[in-house]
Amino acid sequence: MSQATVLYDAPGPKARRRSLIISVVGTLALVGLLAWVVWILGQPRVAANGNETPGTWDASRWDVLGDPVVWETVARGAWFTIRAAATAMVGAMIIGILFAFGRLAESKVIRIPVAIVLEFFRGMPVLLMMLFILLVAASGAFWAVVVALAVYNGAIIGEALRAGIVSLGKGQREAGLSIGLTPVRTRLLIEFPQAFTQMLPVIIAQMVVLLKDTSLGYIVAYNELARTIQNLSNYYGNSYMFTFWLVAITVYLLINLSVSWIGRRTHRIAAKRSTR
Amino acid sequence: MEVLFDNMGAVLSGFLMTLRLLIFGGLGAMAIGLLVATMRISPVGSLRMFATAYTELVRNIPLTLLLFFMTFVLPLIVAERPPYVILATIGLAIYTSPFVAEALRSGINGVPVGQAEAARSIGLTFGQTLTLIVLPQALRMVIPPLINVFIALTKNTSVAGGFFVTELFLTARTLTNQYGSAVIAILAGVAVFYLVITVPLGLIAGQIEKKVRVLR
Repeated sequence: MSQATVLYDAPGPKARRRSLIISVVGTLALVGLLAWVVWILGQPRVAANGNETPGTWDASRWDVLGDPVVWETVARGAWFTIRAAATAMVGAMIIGILFAFGRLAESKVIRIPVAIVLEFFRGMPVLLMMLFILLVAASGAFWAVVVALAVYNGAIIGEALRAGIVSLGKGQREAGLSIGLTPVRTRLLIEFPQAFTQMLPVIIAQMVVLLKDTSLGYIVAYNELARTIQNLSNYYGNSYMFTFWLVAITVYLLINLSVSWIGRRTHRIAAKRSTR
Repeated sequence: MEVLFDNMGAVLSGFLMTLRLLIFGGLGAMAIGLLVATMRISPVGSLRMFATAYTELVRNIPLTLLLFFMTFVLPLIVAERPPYVILATIGLAIYTSPFVAEALRSGINGVPVGQAEAARSIGLTFGQTLTLIVLPQALRMVIPPLINVFIALTKNTSVAGGFFVTELFLTARTLTNQYGSAVIAILAGVAVFYLVITVPLGLIAGQIEKKVRVLR
């Protein structure tokens, strides 16, 4: 908020009135648009073969939600998503730390190959990696999703950690070495904890990306949430597709927003502790 | 390797489709992102709120579900289904737009306060301050993160391959189904095509970043 005031003066009575008018008009336009979308969705549709589908808000489009089997299936899909995401997050952290230390290694023999590998993984679609692991390692869909996500996000977290370590004052490392710690212990005990705290927002944001990307499992036939929706609509009929989609979106938003929220909280706590 | 050269035509047309998704999706994302970023820094509180809500909402929706909506759900609602390519391009544009908006906004916020204060003190209006003083400076800082957004978009176009758009990923998938013995060669070859786009873009971003740092 404080940055936004950079651009303009504190509003006077005239500007406040204008701002109020824009607010009212904007809100009305948005509400109108939403109402129009809701109305369009509610219209019954006649298909080419003369079959009439009732409107989206018709009870017959929502009655599946009363079926416990649907909820069981959705819960299983959500569990598969969370399981893959959690496993991949742990992997991504480990790989990220290894990449960061590798890129900062003293010896060129380690540094240069790691830099090339990192660049390669960062420039590749995760989906292509999943397909590669699925076909070449024949590991099954779960491990294809997990390993591809761990490697790809590990590369990005590695870059973030490296940037965090590089941005620390030179004195940190010098102080560590001068009290007799080995270079490795200096990195682990002095530099890494600081870089980690500093980069926590970036890392958490990347974890949300990872969570969202588990939905790519849909394409490589891993039975996560998005795939579950597809399966359910195949089973119950396409007229329920919108309903199922809405359920899936809600579940994803709940998971992602809570991870973001946890991220913000941990960052605040970590920031408070470091200033103490 | 032979398989790749024998099917060069298919791979190249897949590559062109990836480029098309990248260019049109990118342009669409720029248009929406610019609008959202402007709303986000505007003096009107409610516009800022709409923009923030849009950013938070769209950023937390997986691309797969967005494309799923465009490909399967939307045709059930609208009368006539546009081609899958168009649907995928719109989906990619919507998905990328909040990231563009955030990159633009952080660039504008990165301009020192004194610049805008000086502009206002010589009597420039909000529009003039923005277009003459703040944006030209913000643009330089915005370009590297913006390029990173487009690199991400390049990689994300592969998801469209899961929704009936014959771009590089789907081409690769079809080829691996046809030639089970040459899987590694096919996938490595297709990966090169992605790297041809992403690596130069990354290098350009790095170069510009270095230059901007000297300027400040």
